[in-house]
Amino acid sequence: MDLTSALQIALPEVILALGTLVLIVVGAFGGEKSTGLVGLGAGAVLVEAAAAACWGPMGQAFHGGFVADAAAQFSKVAIYLMSAVAIALGAPWLRRKRSAKFEYPLLVLLAATGMGVMVSAGDLISLYIGIELQSLALYVLAAFQRDDSRSSEAGLKYFVLGALSSGLLLYGASLIYGFAGSVRFADIAAAVHAGAGQGVIFGLVFLICGMAFKVSAAPFHMWTPDVYEGAPTPIVAFITAAPKLAAMVLFARALALGFPGATGQWQQVIVVIALISMAVGALAGLVQRNLKRLLAYSSILNIGYALMAMAAGTEGGMQAMLVFMVLYMIDVTGFFACLTALQRDGRPMERLEDFAGLVRVRPGLALAITALSLSLLGLPPFSGFWSKYYVFKAAIAGGLWPVAVFGLVASVPAAFYYLRILKTMWFDEPAGATDRTPGDASAIGMGAALFSFPLVLPALAALDPLATLAARAFGLA
Amino acid sequence: MGLQAIAFYVLAVVTVASAFGVTTARNPVHSVLFLILTFFTAAGLFVLLGAEFLAMLLVVVYVGAVAVLFLFVVMMLDVDFASLRAGFARYLPIGGAVAVFLLIEMILVSGAVAERGAAAHVKPLSGENISNTEAIGRVLYTDYLYDFQIAGLVLLVAMIGAIVLTLKHRPGIKRQTVADQTGRSVRGGLQVVQVKVGEGIAE
Repeated sequence: MDLTSALQIALPEVILALGTLVLIVVGAFGGEKSTGLVGLGAGAVLVEAAAAACWGPMGQAFHGGFVADAAAQFSKVAIYLMSAVAIALGAPWLRRKRSAKFEYPLLVLLAATGMGVMVSAGDLISLYIGIELQSLALYVLAAFQRDDSRSSEAGLKYFVLGALSSGLLLYGASLIYGFAGSVRFADIAAAVHAGAGQGVIFGLVFLICGMAFKVSAAPFHMWTPDVYEGAPTPIVAFITAAPKLAAMVLFARALALGFPGATGQWQQVIVVIALISMAVGALAGLVQRNLKRLLAYSSILNIGYALMAMAAGTEGGMQAMLVFMVLYMIDVTGFFACLTALQRDGRPMERLEDFAGLVRVRPGLALAITALSLSLLGLPPFSGFWSKYYVFKAAIAGGLWPVAVFGLVASVPAAFYYLRILKTMWFDEPAGATDRTPGDASAIGMGAALFSFPLVLPALAALDPLATLAARAFGLA
Repeated sequence: MGLQAIAFYVLAVVTVASAFGVTTARNPVHSVLFLILTFFTAAGLFVLLGAEFLAMLLVVVYVGAVAVLFLFVVMMLDVDFASLRAGFARYLPIGGAVAVFLLIEMILVSGAVAERGAAAHVKPLSGENISNTEAIGRVLYTDYLYDFQIAGLVLLVAMIGAIVLTLKHRPGIKRQTVADQTGRSVRGGLQVVQVKVGEGIAE
């Protein structure tokens, strides 16, 4: 295949990379004055890349290293649009904090490029390079407020533990390469077709551990609460949404395309990780008084649900995982947008007590948080209910009904901590007035709340067939 | 065969011993020096395998750049290594258990390798008589162009990150401006003052 057609297939990434390079020059020469311009440009580049991913040609390029199929298309559109939302949420917030820098949109762009590489990875090398490009940008973003010691701590912790997980992942990848004789998923699948040997399984377990770190599944979740608590709120909104979807799609792609012959083996590992994630996410969330930490445990719980769908190892499971991640991504971004909007005396409101009686002070945002909490809790008719419905249906259809029962049980303590937020907001004595809420963050929060109900119903009608199409690309029965 | 075997055993023993030294040396500078020795002997092992390009890469990149950078960091940062080491005895049981577990797993895997041959079904490069430097060069910028470019973006992120996290524009800092320095003339820099005897000069 010649270079031109290869570049056409990889057009979204080419647009992102070239756009980043142009905007770096604009920012470097324009200085701090050009921050707004670079932000707008980055948003435009992301939307354009999403359009290119949506209507671009499909196929494989660069000797199988880059795969553009329905799954990549589906997740790329979601990832790029969510990254654009992250810029819309983060850039004005940084300006208000007087720490606006033109590097913020650039790092989001580079992270989005990395996520694009991840969801399109066709071999172990692009898998690793995509993860690394995305994570390095996220480490820097987590430490973005370098004068805040908690932000620096979050960045450093994320970096050190991320480096450890990359080490595990690379060790697994090198073992798989050694035993299968190729880095390409298709060739690995051919090599392990007749059943995987001990060496490949050993490598696969390390690969799964490394990726479980990236999706913050327990028992590899230790970094999550600290990073969520320390990093700036709008940046956490970014970290918790798009990268998780990218990592889950990569996870599914590596397992489904690289190891269809060892489905039984990886299923066991994923089931165990899903069970531990659900248990940790549900129980450890109970003792959290800080809302950002609480949402970190909630994300661990939700990743457990997504992994449960994936563990079913069927096309329906992959479809459920994709739908679940997209709906979860919108919910959680909205939640963090509400947290970004709320401030008291110039300090972010993060502790549960800060939200006491919020409904009498900020009724609009309190309603939005209520809708989003109920959605995360999985109450019908909110979007969280539909996403959980897909996941549980897929798990039961895949024969994993004990896991599904465990998931239902785990959602009971989780329900308690979401309801506690509502109780504090609606029935406690007000803790005082809040600062003026910025329009951009509130708009994103309210938009997500509106999406959780009623916009989710028409959206699901469109999402369902698209996700089915995307799941077919994983080539499972 | 004989000479190669001797070389292998010498290099392997030195690698393992110096790797052990990295973790046990009390002085962090010695640790880094042991690390350099480990890299160097590992490079020797690569040469024995016939991978001379990787060997040179290991020496140039790891010994030449990374390890020396470590050495700078260790010597310039005032890290209290005694306190870092304080938990060593406390964490030894669990760390040791993990290490033993890993060792057993590695032995199992090596057993599997010895039994079936790791990549027995993998064909070596075609019979053309090319060095492995040339073989890598042929594919790095062609077949692996994509990975190479994305790796470039990773380095770009590292650069932007370093600038974002460390560059501070402080006002009132004296900077060297070469143009101003060379453009200085007698008129601006020198003042001839008639000083009265016994009074001196007041600013």
